[in-house]
Amino acid sequence: MVASALVLAACSAPGSNNDAEEPEESAPATEDASALDCGTEPVTLKAYIETGFPLATELFDEFEAQYPNVTFDVREDQFAVLTQNAPRVLVDDPPDLMRLPQMSELASDGLLLDLDEYAAAFGWDTWPASQLEQMRVDDEGRRGNGPLYAMGLNFSMTGVFYNKELAAQIGMEEPPATLAEFDSYLQAAKDAGLVPMAQFNGGATGGLAFPLQGLMASYGDAGEINDWIYQQPDATIVTDTNVQATEHLQSWIEAGYFADDINSMDYAMMMSRFIEGNSVFIFNGDWESGNLDAQMPGNVGFFLMPPVEEGGSFGAMSAPLTYGISANAANPACAAFFLDWIATNDEARTIAVEIGGSHPMGPADAFMPAVAEGSVTAETLAAGAAIGAQDGAMDFIANATGSVYAEGWTPNLQKLVAGEIDPTALLEAVQAEYESSVG
Amino acid sequence: MNQRLTGRASARREDTPALGSPESRRRAIKARRLRRGGLALLLVAPAALAYIVFVLRPMAQSIQFSFYEWNGVTESTWVGLDNYAAILREPEMSGSILNAFQLIIYFSFIPVLLGLFTANTIRGFATSRLAIVSRTVLFLPQIIPLVAAGIMWSWLYASNGMVNQVLEAIGLGGVARAWLGDFDTALPAVGLIGAWVALGLCMLLLLAGMTKIDPALYEAARIDGAGPWREFFAITLPSLRQEIAVCVTVTVIAALASFDIIYISTQGGPGNRTLVPGLEIYRLAFFNREIGQASALAVALMALVLLVVLPLQRLNREGDS
Repeated sequence: MVASALVLAACSAPGSNNDAEEPEESAPATEDASALDCGTEPVTLKAYIETGFPLATELFDEFEAQYPNVTFDVREDQFAVLTQNAPRVLVDDPPDLMRLPQMSELASDGLLLDLDEYAAAFGWDTWPASQLEQMRVDDEGRRGNGPLYAMGLNFSMTGVFYNKELAAQIGMEEPPATLAEFDSYLQAAKDAGLVPMAQFNGGATGGLAFPLQGLMASYGDAGEINDWIYQQPDATIVTDTNVQATEHLQSWIEAGYFADDINSMDYAMMMSRFIEGNSVFIFNGDWESGNLDAQMPGNVGFFLMPPVEEGGSFGAMSAPLTYGISANAANPACAAFFLDWIATNDEARTIAVEIGGSHPMGPADAFMPAVAEGSVTAETLAAGAAIGAQDGAMDFIANATGSVYAEGWTPNLQKLVAGEIDPTALLEAVQAEYESSVG
Repeated sequence: MNQRLTGRASARREDTPALGSPESRRRAIKARRLRRGGLALLLVAPAALAYIVFVLRPMAQSIQFSFYEWNGVTESTWVGLDNYAAILREPEMSGSILNAFQLIIYFSFIPVLLGLFTANTIRGFATSRLAIVSRTVLFLPQIIPLVAAGIMWSWLYASNGMVNQVLEAIGLGGVARAWLGDFDTALPAVGLIGAWVALGLCMLLLLAGMTKIDPALYEAARIDGAGPWREFFAITLPSLRQEIAVCVTVTVIAALASFDIIYISTQGGPGNRTLVPGLEIYRLAFFNREIGQASALAVALMALVLLVVLPLQRLNREGDS
């Protein structure tokens, strides 16, 4: 029966009769192709965004107030749903603005609009190059070079958050300047009967990638890690310094510095434990700064993963909150104008900091809103400047390929916690998974 | 699923055509049958069409996709049997199949054995109110959505959840752990959720089967001096052959094709220890956008389910004759 049913299936190869291969280059009649703003006629921008984060909708509201002829037609979904739907939505129901998941395939498949023309027109190419690097994709799907396919609403910064009250209890007055000093505070927390670090690493999450990548940048060179993430030829994650970093992480696991149930802990559990004061440190990003300032005012500090030796190199994962324009979008110029406005308008930059908690995109000397002294938002913004000066910004090792997080990092980091794999074998397993998709 | 199976079993007995008509009326009957056949076809057509469009066609498409490398949107590349070879080569996929077979123990064997035991016990006091209460209580998990069951059990299994609280209360704090995060206990822990869900269904099916057994058989056995054990093995168990086959079939399919409970409770973690084909297919298709590979694993899973379940149906049929 199944065999006879084969006849019923279309016999041409799947995908061969798709419109996606010929993205319409010409802008639709509703928009003047040469204009670099939203004009004066009524425009509706279709936006497909991630639910649960108010930054985008706040920006939309402000933009609508400043440009009354523009209205946003917003559709929201969970990030996982967005990831699943991305290619189909970009083709079938092309949004003018869309929150993007890992974008190398979307770009190399021709689903996203090449923004280089707008970048030149708006002067984005005069901004610090590291801000846009992650959103450039070449024709083989490698990131880091090539045309620009997305723009950030702001860019995030990761590091170590700590509970100031608990830190005082263990004698930590200042953030540690070296890894050895950090180790001693972790031990002090353990000795005081506190849980030094809760970190999500359960189910489909491999949150130990956060401390691991921080350690990698302390032991080694952030640029080398970026080369690996950008799939440069012959890049490997199995290097001496990365093995040392993984061994350091393993020593934390073996010393019992992590909560004993991290292999069943999800992100929300980690946050609630930290907010309830059940963890001294967590590794996380500044997208939580606003939330932590509200929930634990004055009680949260932030530092970057310290270098091995004082004054040594360090780094942080820093990634733009990427938004792209569909190759088939109806109003690409207006959408691009909106993306430029976010980075250059004072009101918009204030929203990016206050609501988003992260540093806005744009020129290095652009307007910065005042931030409350002693807030964790102020500390993360300062850390962002330090990373910029160090050139220590890295994309996430979890973003190197579409599947390296789910099939490389997550299972193997969970194995490291359970003592089922050693550091070198972990990196080799991840490298094998990476090569299977980079090919 | 169980309805479809039982339905098919009972239909088999009814559709034997009446035979032995006289020679002279044969032609008339033939014509009438043709007319009736046309009408029957017309009546069946809508359902058949729906079946073809929504069951057969997607199935055939999956088989077709499994020979391509395709991201679901742009052009595809013919890769022949490569995707099938990858199932054997990649430890994630082969491991997920082995995990699914381990789950059969929990999703199938435990509920069927426990179901036999409880059904037999309940039959003992069939008329009392206690029977109704215990039947309801045991069947309750079956009406709870699997997602809710998964959430509830992941709370129970959490490091500060009730399972560990009870263990600590009775002085077994040393055994307490994050059950779903431990490499050795994650799969059995997930399996027990499945056993808890399936027990109600098995118990109810077996109990229904027991009520069909002629009480005279038991009386006769008792007169011959059989005890409860002898009664169970000589009368109850053989008479329940069909029901057991249905229970095993349904639960084995649930084990091999499991998805919801695992998606909610562990998402395949820790370290792929609870990864099952259903979850891997979902990941491949919707996150890695490897539609071809996902289809190949789906086809392999379907073949595997048939391979395991078809012999069980033969067991069922032998019981008939």
